Amino acid sequence: MSDDKPTGEERFDEEARIEAEEEALEQETPEAVGGGDYAPSVAARVSAFQRAGGAVIPIVTTIFALLMGMVVVAATGHNPLTAFKGIFDGTGLNWLFPWVQGQARTDAAFNLQQTLIVTSTLILAGFAVSFAFKCGMFNIGGNGQYIMGALVSVWIASSWVDMNGSLHIFLAITLATVVGALWAGIAGFLKATVGVHEVISTIMLNFIASYFAQGLVGRGGQLQNTVDTSNPVSSDIAPKTHLPVFWGDPILQGLHVGFFIALGAPIVFWLVLYRTTLGFEVRATGFNPEAARYGGVSVRKSYILAMAISGAFAGLAGAIDILGWQFRLGVLDIQIANIGFIGIAVALLGRNSAIGVPLAALFFGALVQGTSTRNPAIQDVFDPRLAGNLSTIIQGLVLLFVGMDLLFIWLWNQRRRARHAATGAAQQPQGATR
Amino acid sequence: MAETEVVLALFSITKQFPGVLANDSIDFELLDGEVHALLGENGAGKSTLMNILYGLYHPDSGEIHLSGKKVTFSSAKDAIDAGIGMVHQHFMLIPVMTVAENIVLAQEPTQAEVLLDVGEARRRVRELSDRFGLAVDPDARIQDITVAQQQRVEILKALYRGAEILVLDEPSAVLTPQEVRELFAIIHELKAERKSIIFISHKLHEVLEVADRISVLRRGRKIATVPKEGATEESLARMMVGREVLLRVEKPPATPGETLLAVEDLHVLDDRSLEKVRGVSFHVRAREIVGIAGVDGNGQTELIDALTGLRRFESGSIQVAGKPYARGTPRGMLDAGVGHIPEDRHRRGLVLEFSIAENIAIHDYCSPPASRFGWLYPRRLVARAARLIHDFDVRGGGPHTRAGALSGGNQQKVVVAREVARNPKVLIAAQPTRGLDVGAIEYVHRRLVAERDAGRAVLLVSLELDEILSLSDRILVMFEGEVVGEYGPDISEEELGIAMLGGRRKAADAA
Repeated sequence: MSDDKPTGEERFDEEARIEAEEEALEQETPEAVGGGDYAPSVAARVSAFQRAGGAVIPIVTTIFALLMGMVVVAATGHNPLTAFKGIFDGTGLNWLFPWVQGQARTDAAFNLQQTLIVTSTLILAGFAVSFAFKCGMFNIGGNGQYIMGALVSVWIASSWVDMNGSLHIFLAITLATVVGALWAGIAGFLKATVGVHEVISTIMLNFIASYFAQGLVGRGGQLQNTVDTSNPVSSDIAPKTHLPVFWGDPILQGLHVGFFIALGAPIVFWLVLYRTTLGFEVRATGFNPEAARYGGVSVRKSYILAMAISGAFAGLAGAIDILGWQFRLGVLDIQIANIGFIGIAVALLGRNSAIGVPLAALFFGALVQGTSTRNPAIQDVFDPRLAGNLSTIIQGLVLLFVGMDLLFIWLWNQRRRARHAATGAAQQPQGATR
Repeated sequence: MAETEVVLALFSITKQFPGVLANDSIDFELLDGEVHALLGENGAGKSTLMNILYGLYHPDSGEIHLSGKKVTFSSAKDAIDAGIGMVHQHFMLIPVMTVAENIVLAQEPTQAEVLLDVGEARRRVRELSDRFGLAVDPDARIQDITVAQQQRVEILKALYRGAEILVLDEPSAVLTPQEVRELFAIIHELKAERKSIIFISHKLHEVLEVADRISVLRRGRKIATVPKEGATEESLARMMVGREVLLRVEKPPATPGETLLAVEDLHVLDDRSLEKVRGVSFHVRAREIVGIAGVDGNGQTELIDALTGLRRFESGSIQVAGKPYARGTPRGMLDAGVGHIPEDRHRRGLVLEFSIAENIAIHDYCSPPASRFGWLYPRRLVARAARLIHDFDVRGGGPHTRAGALSGGNQQKVVVAREVARNPKVLIAAQPTRGLDVGAIEYVHRRLVAERDAGRAVLLVSLELDEILSLSDRILVMFEGEVVGEYGPDISEEELGIAMLGGRRKAADAA
């Protein structure tokens, strides 16, 4: 049956097109989407908003956020252009310019490796939010799932030192992924069975994961370092479980092969969503759970599995951080972990799409690395004590404006409307003379 | 009409959307104290024209004159200030606030400039509702009152803002037949108070009943403006669609076969655990259409939900083609051979964000040929959709078109195509023509008869008496969760109306 030629497009006569276009126009306005005799799901509403702006809006949002960052820098009495040049160089993206040579190129390569390490994790953290979103859920628990993944991988990789290296890595990564999935699956299960809202449950699970992990690697914890008992950190993982570094110096924290795992994530994300029956069920549930149920989809199953797959992405992120560059997990690491939260911004800016999320992850990865206090370029511009705060401010501003994405779409629509008004008014006299 | 002052005149309104000429130099005139109906199929340009009048769209050319003076609206606020009130099809009310609060919203009477004067608000609302015969309780919350009452609140809101011209956009679409009567009484009251009303509809008999004059739009152009006198449903339908339309379905008498759906003493609870279906028994045979008539909310929805596995039933039995289904799931009933055209195609019948192909696959995505071992074959979905789009004459897009971008009639064709193409033994059609225009209604009706003749058992549930009477071979009346009577297809509309209100219960029991 697959070799049947589609004949639908041929039936595209003018009359039908008029009907469709007008209906579409009515659908496109936010009013039409918000009101109505049924309440569209969040996923459906966002999808309607996104059709309105396309890829333009996230780019405009990003530029605006960076401009605001410059204003803040200028307000502190520093030259915003110098500061942002410093930040840009700190990301290592100048490595892409052929005229950067010599020591500058070596530095740039190192910086870019760091940026891509963060990007790898963020891609996975972003999909952890996006996948649940495709099912109409907000996974705020990426951070907890990430911590659980990190904890499991540290435990596996620091135990059974006699195991075969590849198998050991495989086991650590797989179990971390599974535990991340189970951890998020709890929230999906609670939503599917007793209707607990996933935002509440995932936030609570974040706290549980955080304190559970701190208890295990902290002083007196079961996973605490057996060699250096004075520090609240876990044992180091076995050297053979370190992920191979393919670019840069392994001693200087080069880029590890986890990067390729992250690059595979969008493919997996897209295939699962658009080429499996599970993805079909997840998307149907996300857009309209009632229609999905009517169609014969088990909405409960969709909720549980979508959350679990989200958690798998986050757990995997935790594993590649541990095996790729962290090699141990300390109480402090757990306390300051915010990858799961940046993942929310990545998903928002990346529009939950297989292409958008990696690009957004690169942007945030670059931002995190470029504004890092370890970036010497930043320290040249600012007092080192100030640099840390400014970095946080700039990151915060970008997050804020990305979160205000919908505001920009609204403004965009206003602008279109205003333009219609202007042309309408200009043609008014013309109509009067007829 | 004592005088014939023109309160509103639209001259040569033209509005172009990308690729679509939505309004093509439309002239329109509204007299003082007149009810002027705007009639047209979905997509004919009624909404665009009214949105231009209400300041939401700007015409590419053309003028709006109010009482002889030219006006330009740049927003809805301008239109409201100029005395134009609009009651949208979908109400713009805040559910948790009271009636009075909703009505005075944005123009609240205040004490000391900042405090809402609740007493004053209540008083003004009462005064308005007394004057126009619009009975509502000012202190009731919107979420607690009926749809018909919400509509009254919308009308009151417009009147409170000083509307002289009222635009009612498909006001009867959400109402029961009784409520429509009440609405018409309100419209007469408003007319007596010299308000001018634009009544948008695609229901011919309503338009003939309530309007003084009727303007017909088709594909962005005004075809004609005619007085009510002399207009007939047939003549209006011809103007609307552009061809002769069969308003009555022609069908050969039924030749029922074996029983395909048998329901015995069924009891179903609603979401609030109230018993909505109370011991219903009936059967539907192959090659017959059984219509269930009744006022909305008498258990029809819960009955359908139980038959399709979307709701559990407390006791009783459902048999499809002789096999009992004790605890149906949606999947189980689908597999048993029950097809279901749901009453709300936006909430349940379609995933509007999905393509037509995906919507057509919503039941069978999980079995070959659509998928194998969980792996989906989108090309096969598209090929199947293309075939159904062709067979069922769905217009306005191909397999990849988003379902939400189709017109209502074509959306319903997608639903009908999907359900029929599964070759169900039992086809349940709930309000299958709700919100559709004349051409699409004709199509759906003919299709249901064709499916009957193809050997299916068709169960039709509708609030439209016309539909029940013209399609059904047997008619069951539901009242307060029970089947209170069974009638032949030749029962009169009046008799059926009385039965629907429970009046003939005794007589039916005796018969």
